[in-house]
Amino acid sequence: MTYLPKPKLAHPELQKNDLGFTRRDYEGSISTLCAGCGHDSISAAIIRACYELSLPPHRIAKLSGIGCSSKTPTYFLGNSHGFNSVHGRMPSVLTGANLANRELIYLGVSGDGDSASIGFGQFSHSIRRGVNMTYIVENNGVYGLTKGQFSATADRGAKNKRGVENMDEAIDMVGIAIQLGATYVARSFSGDKNQLVPLIKGALQHQGAAFIDTISPCVMFNNHDGSTKSYDYVREHNEAVNFMDVVTGRNEITVDYEPGTTEIVRQHNGGLLKLRKLANDYDVTDRVAAMNFLETRKARGEIVTGLLYVDPEADDLHGFLETSDKPFNSMSDEELIPGSAALEKLNASLR
Amino acid sequence: MSPQDAALPMAGSTVPPIQAVNDFVVKFANVNGSGSASANQLFAKAILRMGIPVTPRNIFPSNIQGLPTWYEMRISDKGHMGAREGVDLMVAMNPQTWDEDVKSILPGGYLFYDNTKPLPPSKFRPDITVVGMPLTSFTNAAYSVPRERQLFKNIIYVGALSALINIDPKVIEDLLSEQFKGRDKLIAANHKALHMGRDYALQNLPCPLGLQLATSDKVGDRIFIDGNAAAALGAVYGGATVCAWYPITPSSSLAEAFTRYCERFRKDKETGKKRYAIVQAEDELASIGMVIGAAWNGARAFTATSGPGISLMSEFIGLSYFAEIPAVIFDVQRSGPSTGMPTRTQQSDIKICAYASHGDTKHPLLLPEDPNECFQFGALSMDLADRLQTTIFVVLDLEIGMNERLTAPLKWDDTRKLDRGKVMTAEELQAGKVFGRYLDVDGDAIPYRTYPGTHPSKGGYFTRGTSRDEYARYTEAGDAYQRNMERLLKKWDTAKGLMPKAIRTDAAAPTKLGVIYYGSTSPAIAEALDLIAEQTGASLNQLRLRAFPFGPEVEAFVEEHDTIYVVEQNRDAQMRMLLINELECNPKKLIRVLHYNGAPITAEFIARGITAHLNPVREAAE
Ligand SMILES: Cc1ncc(C[n+]2csc(CCOP(=O)(O)OP(=O)(O)O)c2C)c(N)n1
Ligand code: SF4
Ligand SMILES: [Mg+2]
Repeated sequence: MTYLPKPKLAHPELQKNDLGFTRRDYEGSISTLCAGCGHDSISAAIIRACYELSLPPHRIAKLSGIGCSSKTPTYFLGNSHGFNSVHGRMPSVLTGANLANRELIYLGVSGDGDSASIGFGQFSHSIRRGVNMTYIVENNGVYGLTKGQFSATADRGAKNKRGVENMDEAIDMVGIAIQLGATYVARSFSGDKNQLVPLIKGALQHQGAAFIDTISPCVMFNNHDGSTKSYDYVREHNEAVNFMDVVTGRNEITVDYEPGTTEIVRQHNGGLLKLRKLANDYDVTDRVAAMNFLETRKARGEIVTGLLYVDPEADDLHGFLETSDKPFNSMSDEELIPGSAALEKLNASLR
Repeated sequence: MSPQDAALPMAGSTVPPIQAVNDFVVKFANVNGSGSASANQLFAKAILRMGIPVTPRNIFPSNIQGLPTWYEMRISDKGHMGAREGVDLMVAMNPQTWDEDVKSILPGGYLFYDNTKPLPPSKFRPDITVVGMPLTSFTNAAYSVPRERQLFKNIIYVGALSALINIDPKVIEDLLSEQFKGRDKLIAANHKALHMGRDYALQNLPCPLGLQLATSDKVGDRIFIDGNAAAALGAVYGGATVCAWYPITPSSSLAEAFTRYCERFRKDKETGKKRYAIVQAEDELASIGMVIGAAWNGARAFTATSGPGISLMSEFIGLSYFAEIPAVIFDVQRSGPSTGMPTRTQQSDIKICAYASHGDTKHPLLLPEDPNECFQFGALSMDLADRLQTTIFVVLDLEIGMNERLTAPLKWDDTRKLDRGKVMTAEELQAGKVFGRYLDVDGDAIPYRTYPGTHPSKGGYFTRGTSRDEYARYTEAGDAYQRNMERLLKKWDTAKGLMPKAIRTDAAAPTKLGVIYYGSTSPAIAEALDLIAEQTGASLNQLRLRAFPFGPEVEAFVEEHDTIYVVEQNRDAQMRMLLINELECNPKKLIRVLHYNGAPITAEFIARGITAHLNPVREAAE
């Protein structure tokens, strides 16, 4: 398979965002995934989110591991630098990249195998450290690229295509992320664009570790009866706790809401999240309650989606490390080298 | 045993006591965690301040408290810094290792010990001089707090030894005053303990011993620093801003030293903001991942590790090679394989560093011989990584990394600019310069890269470990893959011209005999060649390797000599393997001289190895 350039047809009627970019400017090359793969819908949602937020595409760095899901960064943001690293290790590469230049937006894309199986450690530790990033797991419960083996998010009792049952307990990445201190946590479904796009937008605006577990059916290996990650199963069991809208500068004034049913959360950098509550009394800023809610609903067989937790005042790794505001990668020799005089002094102290 | 009869040249001794000035080995046998390390270091530093070169070595177990440790000091006015066999003065403070310690003393040597509890005569040797001092009872009589007893006991024995072998007490006092600067009470207490020990010795022990120190002028302006600290300082001067690491002996002190130096040199005086980030990662996979991520994004980054870490990092090292992302790894080698002897030295990661990762890969290595070179190569590695866009290994070992060593003062040329390699800027892209991430435009096989976020519409590309064409576009086309692999080989040739040259020292008369060595073997070589010349009359040309890939000077040396001894500290002659593999020379002429028991290599060992081989060679030639 070789590179497929996408024909760039300028549609005069294509709308432009605040930066003068059209949706097209956020696209990548044509996907080589299976037709109907959930991952492609997530790519489309990422494109829409970036376009709607008017993000300069070249200021986004997209990083991934290995898998069908990890291939997707080729299919969006064609002008951005991308890094398809090694299996399960995207989080460390993203962490390093983020340390080098705190001014870019970091988008990590991974699979459930990539992040819950081989890369479970790196996933956990990047969350713990509060790396400023949007971390999306395209969760299909299987290893798509190696042809359908169960991953660590496959539910106990779920059946593979040949009818073999998964005996191991599933890792609930959302629960883990909340527990490990992610400061923006959501779950969504690749089949629900209206829910997913705003969640990605909110994550991109979030300062800190933002994690989105997106259930993304693998039509090739995990979309049959007996699967708990199929389109049908997820649609049937999806219970959204809220519906979110990201309010950007332009339409901020038009926000209207009925008190009690809608909650407004202002994030650190000024972005507003408008949440229409679907589950009574669900408070997205209450971490302990969120964990409790998730466990209770999971026991009932529900797949809870929506914005599950947010700490609008979060800080990030740079804040914890007290690094300088200026990106490391643009520091001059003078800022980095202590010079010969300092060395002479040091020599003198070592005699 | 009373103090008076503690000083015994043992009855019936046939060997006269060793007489030496500024040329002997003192070894302290201690218990790990007993606070002896700083006392021993004080002792070494005092000798240095007297202008006498001394080379200490820590021999320690993989343990925190309780197991035996040794601190061995080679004192040599001639400046020999390699380890030497045999001990002239054993300071035996550890009953656990008594037998072994007594055995290691040279005939005619000296034993200093704590005779608070009497030992039967069978515990001694007739051919050594035994000096007993009731250290414990003496200290306990003077101090009642247990912690003080432990600390001052150490200073008391330093005081006693200063009288026995003639260390200027003023020098020790000054060192203690510097060490506890601003804490006057502590200084006074230490000075007091020092003189208690000293006075006791002067009154009760056979001062002076046959081993004596005399003020000298052989230290010069050299400094005393360990290789790990010097390497870390090199990283600071080389502009490293990101350090990601996972603790492992013997490399941890490198990352710790980097932290210390950064606190001092890279913290904004007003805001306290840091021009560096240090992350203690969850494992070595994450360490190297962070390094690669940071370097991909234009920061200079490194990790410090040892053999087991290299094994874990291998997959990422291959990515760095193939996707051409800079990275620096300091590998402070220890004895492998597996956990091996984690606190003993070896040069056994040469092969894995040179060829780490699956597929066809090779990586440049820098091989420092001492702390000064650790500093130089630490800084240089950052430039080379950016220039060559690949992983650069700085290969130290425990012997250089964790021991303080006399070394030339560190120098920095303020006109030196960091070489950030081929990075295309927004202006160049804007001006229409062609950008192909893997395109060889300059003929040196090094392509240009861009930092993420450089330009709104030009210079973006996708980095991947899968194959791609010159414009970074994914492809599985065999010819594009092969072109790329061949360019990487050509880049390897470019690297040969950028690495530090091997250093050749020729014998006075022409010879077809040569010796090749590298790293911590260095200080033992000159001494070994003297021994060989004494014993056989033969002299050899020497070549000290400083880097891999080998430059033409290495090829020429191998070409010009008929027999070359390759001296290494591993079992499998790993550097010899590289020489054979890369130079395609005749393996028969490369003779292995291998030392790998975990102790540092000695001149005597090298001389024995070479002489044993040399004699038949010379006989055959005659
Ligand atoms: C070290 C290593 N082991 C195994 C593989 C093979 N491999 C490639 S992708 C993959 C699983 C991917 O699963 P997931 O992350 O869920 O992605 P999906 O394809 O399902 O989107 C595996 C095991 C690899 N690339 N590297
Ligand atoms: S195998 Fe599954 S995950 Fe991979 S592209 Fe096809 S549908 Fe998507
Ligand atoms: Mg998967």
